Amino acid sequence: MAYNLKENVMKEDRLSAGHRMCAGCGSPVAVRTVLRALEPEDKAVVCSATSCLEVSTFMYPYTAWKDSFIHNAFENAGATLSGVETAYRAMKKRGKIDETWKFIAFGGDGGTYDIGFQSLSGAMERGHDLVYVCYDNEAYMNTGIQRSSSTPHFADTTTTPVGSVVPGKLQQKKDLTRIMVAHGVPYVAQTTFLGNFQDITEKAHRAIYTPGPAFLNVMAPCPRGWRYPSEEMMTVTKAAVETCVWPLYEVVEGKYRLTYEPKKKLPVEEYLKLQGRFAHMFKPGNEWMIAQVQAEVDRKWEELLQQCSL
Amino acid sequence: MGIKERLSGNEAVAYAMRQINPDVMAAFPITPSTEIPQYFSSYVDNGQVDTEFVAVESEHSAMSACIGAQAAGCRAISATSSCGLCYMTEMLYVAASDRLPITLAVSCRALSGPININNDHSDAMGVRDAGWLMLFAENNQEAYDNYLQAMRIGEAVGLPIMVCQDGFITSHAIENIELVEDDKVKAFVGEYHPEHYLLNKDESIAVGAYATPVYYMECKRLQAQAMLDAKDVIRQVGAQFGEMTGRTYGLVEEYRMEDADEAIVIIGSSAGTAKAAIEELRSQGRKVGLVKIRSFRPFPTEEVVKALTKVKSFAVMDKADSFNGHCGPLYAEVTAALYAQGVHEPKGISYIYGLGGRDVRVESIQHVFDELQEITRTGAVGETYRYLDVRE
Repeated sequence: MAYNLKENVMKEDRLSAGHRMCAGCGSPVAVRTVLRALEPEDKAVVCSATSCLEVSTFMYPYTAWKDSFIHNAFENAGATLSGVETAYRAMKKRGKIDETWKFIAFGGDGGTYDIGFQSLSGAMERGHDLVYVCYDNEAYMNTGIQRSSSTPHFADTTTTPVGSVVPGKLQQKKDLTRIMVAHGVPYVAQTTFLGNFQDITEKAHRAIYTPGPAFLNVMAPCPRGWRYPSEEMMTVTKAAVETCVWPLYEVVEGKYRLTYEPKKKLPVEEYLKLQGRFAHMFKPGNEWMIAQVQAEVDRKWEELLQQCSL
Repeated sequence: MGIKERLSGNEAVAYAMRQINPDVMAAFPITPSTEIPQYFSSYVDNGQVDTEFVAVESEHSAMSACIGAQAAGCRAISATSSCGLCYMTEMLYVAASDRLPITLAVSCRALSGPININNDHSDAMGVRDAGWLMLFAENNQEAYDNYLQAMRIGEAVGLPIMVCQDGFITSHAIENIELVEDDKVKAFVGEYHPEHYLLNKDESIAVGAYATPVYYMECKRLQAQAMLDAKDVIRQVGAQFGEMTGRTYGLVEEYRMEDADEAIVIIGSSAGTAKAAIEELRSQGRKVGLVKIRSFRPFPTEEVVKALTKVKSFAVMDKADSFNGHCGPLYAEVTAALYAQGVHEPKGISYIYGLGGRDVRVESIQHVFDELQEITRTGAVGETYRYLDVRE
């Protein structure tokens, strides 16, 4: 059936309103959109790594999760959900349950790129039938905007403060999506919020309904860490896509496919200028930073185009 | 009657696992517990069990997967040793707080550094405050028997349980053992029916909440209550096990304590060595005895106090040091129990022994009893914090 935004948003939310996430945060948007891709008749167990998302949605005695939900720790959403999924297979085999359940983990970039990386890698390698969704806001936001391996080059964070000697983060962002592709899992995709949400919705559906492990990397901006006005979240994600800072693509059984190609690739300034964390890059004398980021984006974009053409 | 066999401690525990046929096992190799998942994998691959075995990439993930599986509604098990137990420590606390009766077999081994693969109790003692029930075995028979009782105990109070044996000494040494028939084991252990679980189509639940100061302490108080309640459960299950096998278990074992003037308190395989030492000393007319701790968590306060009240002196033997500058962890528990009950007469010393596989001989234990005899005779305790059989 063709995608229809109105019909999609009419589905009942599986993450209820009233949670404590900030206005203008991408994380609950990612969660609600991904969960909307579940067929309404299917049951699900959702797992969250310790994160803003977890502490804001499940503060005892309240929970915003309508599906069964488990939080375990910061670094082990992959392993925890692989345990749940294994239990499902064990119980199904023994005739203890007969309905269909799906398994979806959410982690921030800290809990996914960094401390939860081993656990995630293990879960993917073992082939559990689950989806791991990284809501990537490019720093440890829950503890107060510390750099992660996902933080982009030159970004100003509380552990890479722009100083008189060091101009923000010195390293480039880790390319986790490709690392997950290298695991040889059947479905990997990179997405964010764009237009009518067709891209993320379709990818979430494919990720959930592809048998075996799937990984979804969702750029999910943080208004506090990135320093943009709350109402501008969609402007920021659109700029990330149009500048090719965050290309939208999927990899099905190892085959790359670009799912959105900007009509005119915009210069990276169009993305960087929207966010306070990059403000220092626009000061006179710092043009080299922008030039360097542009060169990195261009190189990776060309590489991706080439892979998609194979 | 049971089945007469010869098995190592690891094989005995794996055999018990096969008989129980749990839903999920998640484990990672580490010496000396590795054999347990090895034996169990062969049961899986030969169709002797239909357990789902998850070969995780670390002990941290082993316990994480067990938490997920048990919360989902399954019986989940694992096995580990030493640094592996350390590495899953964070998750041990979560398992206890989530009130998930996971069963963990531990073949106790020293901790690094220096790296050492041999037995002591540093690993288990390091996680003694994680909120797990902890049973210790003297030999392979007890390791097997404890394992068969573990799920009944853990599931009754809603706490995870460790079944500990001494690495190599028990885990690898082959001894005679009496096994229980499969059908009797199945009937004794029973089925697992959790009240709430993730994969219940009629009720969504949420596990692992963020609890503010308004609720956190009540959560901990409930855990403390479960630990208190476990004492009676351990006694009851141990008695029922005795009805089935003739081998009855409590929280402690008293050995020749009826008229003892000097006693040692000990955990694990060295209790066997101590019994031999006691027999020899008894033949010389010495009134010596032993209190063996089977359940370290919950701690058998009443039993220990009752056993030691009448002795003139005692030594608490710790196969781990607390590095607190005055005593081992078991000594701290024993003396706290005595003090709380107003028992001040017996003179007690702390012995650290057997670290990193240092051999514990009959003469070693006899030396301790000689020291105790001297304390009884002179009334002078001297240094209470002592190391046994060490080059100074």
